[in-house]
Amino acid sequence: MSANNQLTRAQRDDLRTIAAMIVPASDEYNVPGADDPAIQADILATLGRDTRLVTVALDHLARLAGQPLAELDAARRDAVAQEFRKDGGAAAATLVRVVLQCYYRDDRVLRSLGLELRAPFPKGYVLPDGDWSLLDPVKARSGTLRRAP
Amino acid sequence: MKDPVDVLIIGAGASGAAVAWSLAETKMHILCLEQGGWMNPAEYPSTGRDWEAKFYGEWSSSPNIRGRPEDYPINDDSSPIKVVNYNAVGGSTVMYTAHWPRLHPSDFKVKTLDGVADDWPIEYDALTPFFEENDRIMGTSGLSGDPLSPLTHPPMPQQPMGLSGAIIGKAMNELGWHWWPSDTTVATTDYEGRARCINLGHCTPACAQGAKSSTDITYWPQAVRAGVELRTHCRVREITTDENGMATGVVYYDKDGVEQFQPAHVVIIACNGVGTPRLLLNSKSDRFPDGLANSSGLVGKNLMFHPYAQIYGYVKEPTDSNRAPPTCLWSKEWYDTDLSRGFVRGYGVQFVRGAGPVFEAVVSEQKGILPWGADHHRVFRKLNGHRLGFSAICEDLPEEHNQVTLDPVLKDSHGIPAPKINYTISENSRKMMDHALARGREILETAGATDICVNSPIPWGGWHLLGTARMGTDPKRSVVNEWGRTHDVKNLFIVDGSIFVTSGGVNPTSTIQALALYIADQMKQRLANLFD
Repeated sequence: MSANNQLTRAQRDDLRTIAAMIVPASDEYNVPGADDPAIQADILATLGRDTRLVTVALDHLARLAGQPLAELDAARRDAVAQEFRKDGGAAAATLVRVVLQCYYRDDRVLRSLGLELRAPFPKGYVLPDGDWSLLDPVKARSGTLRRAP
Repeated sequence: MKDPVDVLIIGAGASGAAVAWSLAETKMHILCLEQGGWMNPAEYPSTGRDWEAKFYGEWSSSPNIRGRPEDYPINDDSSPIKVVNYNAVGGSTVMYTAHWPRLHPSDFKVKTLDGVADDWPIEYDALTPFFEENDRIMGTSGLSGDPLSPLTHPPMPQQPMGLSGAIIGKAMNELGWHWWPSDTTVATTDYEGRARCINLGHCTPACAQGAKSSTDITYWPQAVRAGVELRTHCRVREITTDENGMATGVVYYDKDGVEQFQPAHVVIIACNGVGTPRLLLNSKSDRFPDGLANSSGLVGKNLMFHPYAQIYGYVKEPTDSNRAPPTCLWSKEWYDTDLSRGFVRGYGVQFVRGAGPVFEAVVSEQKGILPWGADHHRVFRKLNGHRLGFSAICEDLPEEHNQVTLDPVLKDSHGIPAPKINYTISENSRKMMDHALARGREILETAGATDICVNSPIPWGGWHLLGTARMGTDPKRSVVNEWGRTHDVKNLFIVDGSIFVTSGGVNPTSTIQALALYIADQMKQRLANLFD
């Protein structure tokens, strides 16, 4: 069963709202927020083993808010989010991690960061060999290995 | 009833592979039972766009998080350092950073030199030829001539310095402190059928390129070609013994979960410093009521982890981020005892190049340096691709209260009692870690780093599982003798990290494998009177 079906409509709404509070959209950096439909779809499709803890986190969030998070005024919403972040424990940390791991693999976000839209393998990356003359002072200094008797 | 084998090896990781390869030349019937399976590099994380996310789930370094059928649970609630490992052909060499220092000669004489712990019953020089042989087979890269490390002869040149290495090197030079390119098992040229490193970056959870050495692609293909039988997805429950106190074989569960008995003339345990005491303690009998080979009472005791003191920060210049093997340089500046520092013994340092974007975001958010809200993007761009790290591998001295026992409740998927860890970080180690963090801060600040963060210890840093079946000449104070045979059972050997007497201040895999080759060599020399 996909996580899409495991989270209730209200939970999905709160997830979207809190995700936007974690990472809002930015015109300056030309990136979507974490509430973007494609990113939300990625989160729901890949929740997998994190579903239980994310559900716990969303239940906790719902208790703190007392109503849909999106319907709170801005000040109250911020207060709830701060409390959630401060006291949410492993469940809240999992929710935040799930949001961030999907956000930071989105094509638009990676493009904005100047990163390539691909897996590391098979192309890999090129690493400068560097200036190994930097080692000369180490070679020039005296130093001996402590010997065993 | 199965036919008996001459030698039965339990575990196909770092040491099991080495001992199997070495003994293969005897043409004895050698069988290895491994609870995991062969790896498929096409499924390694770096082949997919979700490569970082996998490290939080199915590719976690913690068996408790990973929870694959091949894994067994470990109760490490009573330890600030959690056990990490991997269970497959190749063992934890599939999932390690490939940092390849050796123990120093002085590490074998800790009691004589510093008056603490115990000396090993063997000296570094006894292992030298096996270090060299192991480096050739595993395929090491590095730069010979480090004045503060044992002399090595890596067959491949060192890894590129990269952006991160240059920043670290300049800072270390400014401070006048020792640094050197690390020996690693990352192939920097094509080597023995392995392709050279192309900087996938995500080295720890397995290398899709095959550039990082692991025994499934080094020792095992050679050992299997030489006739060693490797039976996968077979989990050993216990070692059986006869009325003479000799090992007769093992009871194991095969890939279908069916209980089997495999008789053997010689049994070699290669299950690491947690798996080995677990197996011995699970092998109780009337003759061995406290567990097998445990007349000393030391099976499971003296667990040493190497507490890691990690500090990192962010520089203005770009670093290598995830686009390179994570470790590139080491320092031995604080390796040897200097009592003016307030502690005995010392630590090695491995410098860390950086991190990928997901890891950076997740960890920085947890540390509180990456905000929620509108400023998130600006701060993330300041952090991502600018991280520089320092990790001190602190020598953990043996203490009997740090131990592996059997959990009274927790069991694996076959119903075998799971290990339980009780471990505390000693006062000496704490002082060492604090010293390391202070030095790390100096280095990072000299490099211009800000937003400095600390992990001390690294909670999921229990890679090095040592000391729980220690080596020695006195049967009352050790579990195996100076050539790896248990004092109590004359056809039972142990070749993994559990036989370490002390831990040194470096990653131990190179020394574990050299020891395994040394023990195999001792066995070959003594074949005519192996059980005397």
